[in-house]
Amino acid sequence: MTGPSTAWYLSVAGFLFGVGALGVLIRRNPLIVLLSLEIMLNGANLALIAFARHLHNGDGQIFALAVMAVAASEVVVGLGLIVALNRKHVPLDVDRLNSLRG
Amino acid sequence: MIVASVGNVLVWAVWVGAAFACLGSAVAVVSFTNPFYSALALIGNLGSLAVLYLLQSSEFVAAAQVMVYAGAVMVMFLFVIAYVGPRTESPWTGGPSWQAIGAVLAAGALLVEIVVVIGLKAGGELAHSHHVGGTFGTPSYIGRLFLTDHLLAFEITSIVLLVAAIGGVILGAHSRTTADEVSPL
Repeated sequence: MTGPSTAWYLSVAGFLFGVGALGVLIRRNPLIVLLSLEIMLNGANLALIAFARHLHNGDGQIFALAVMAVAASEVVVGLGLIVALNRKHVPLDVDRLNSLRG
Repeated sequence: MIVASVGNVLVWAVWVGAAFACLGSAVAVVSFTNPFYSALALIGNLGSLAVLYLLQSSEFVAAAQVMVYAGAVMVMFLFVIAYVGPRTESPWTGGPSWQAIGAVLAAGALLVEIVVVIGLKAGGELAHSHHVGGTFGTPSYIGRLFLTDHLLAFEITSIVLLVAAIGGVILGAHSRTTADEVSPL
């Protein structure tokens, strides 16, 4: 059971990171920006997992789990911000959110 | 020999299916106009990524991925999308066009850079990996690493989650109190 080599996994990880970066840059809905950020984090996670398997070292998997926890925290804060903005009837458009004053 | 080659073909078939599902759903997340469909596509992306993790013999991370992301984070996303209300937005219309062109150029440059670096290294060291034992990636292996070598990272992760929970509560409660203060006026 050999399967694809590590380079194939890294290619998928790089493509995921590029697609996520494109989504963060071109979309204006903050919800979809957060979803694209998740795609970027998952691309990095896939590279970590692939290198953990390649080097036979479990530290990469620990790092991937820590990234997952940080991503969950980021989603909590980001969605809290979006809900707070929606309560104040601020338009959900990242091009028009240019002031931190409440 | 025949059994080994059949197993190899099976692994390749599963990998190709999971990788294309992963890439296709990632493109779908970015290009759907309705955020609800984008969130559903991200659930497919996370599921196919869990299959890739399983192929890389990291069972615990795959299970944690499905439970944490598809089970908790995405449910929260869907709740917030339903709370905010249906709001469709096309990815390519509106806004200054130089911004979209610059974004596509930046993402394309990033992608080409990554592919070139991987292609330069693919023939050499990345082609053959070490053989891993049966215990690699199991929950007991991860748990032993977490409680011996990476205890500080484990504790810091718990503090980060606690601070995020407090921040979420404060963000939610703050606007409610200001709304109460404003309404009697």
